[in-house]
Amino acid sequence: MSVPLIAVATGALDLQALTQEVTGQRPGDGAVATFIGLVRDHNQGRRVSFLDYEAYVPLAVRALHRIVDEIRQAWPDTRVGVHHRTGRIEIGEASIIIVAVSPHRANAFAACRYTIERVKQIVPIWKHEHFEGGEVWLEGATADPDDESARAAAYRIACA
Amino acid sequence: MRVTVRLFARLRDLAGSGELVRDVEGPATVQSVWKALVAEMPALEEYERTMSVAVNADYSRMSASVSDGDEVAFLPPVSGG
Repeated sequence: MSVPLIAVATGALDLQALTQEVTGQRPGDGAVATFIGLVRDHNQGRRVSFLDYEAYVPLAVRALHRIVDEIRQAWPDTRVGVHHRTGRIEIGEASIIIVAVSPHRANAFAACRYTIERVKQIVPIWKHEHFEGGEVWLEGATADPDDESARAAAYRIACA
Repeated sequence: MRVTVRLFARLRDLAGSGELVRDVEGPATVQSVWKALVAEMPALEEYERTMSVAVNADYSRMSASVSDGDEVAFLPPVSGG
């Protein structure tokens, strides 16, 4: 079954389907790098029960397309797919999957890492952490897609 | 003119709603929509320094102009992944 390259939606993520979609029909490809982000049971000293993800879906999808465009510029031979799950996600379940495909491993790894770093910078999604004794909204980066220093930082990490 | 205000995560909790319809005086900017909102709900003000804004689901700036029927969103720092 065909899946979109970019998705922000409820429901379990399917790495195999996304991998198939990203890798399809390109005999020149030689490397697939994947990333799966999982909900873990601890954070900043708290025992996490589950996470509830909220998204501004149309802008999140737009921001993910922007990241894909950035990757096309930085690594023209590399293609990525990203699915981010929303709603309640239990410990051990995947919240995000990323697939990067390239003729060679270096660009596949770099694009995969770049994608997750940029997701954390500019994609309007929020974790509502439910832990033993309470709940808290996690707040990370002030999203500014035009902040070139943030983009450069993500690129440096990706290529480290 | 009438705009739809979208609030997310803790901003939504503070306001008690993720979607508000407000009449604002034109010509309006994202800034003037925000100021009217803060006048109504002072607890939101702490986010002015760290939030991002969007108009019609596209990232924007406080200085951007807002038209009748627009959707203006205020976004706390993001934490996806």
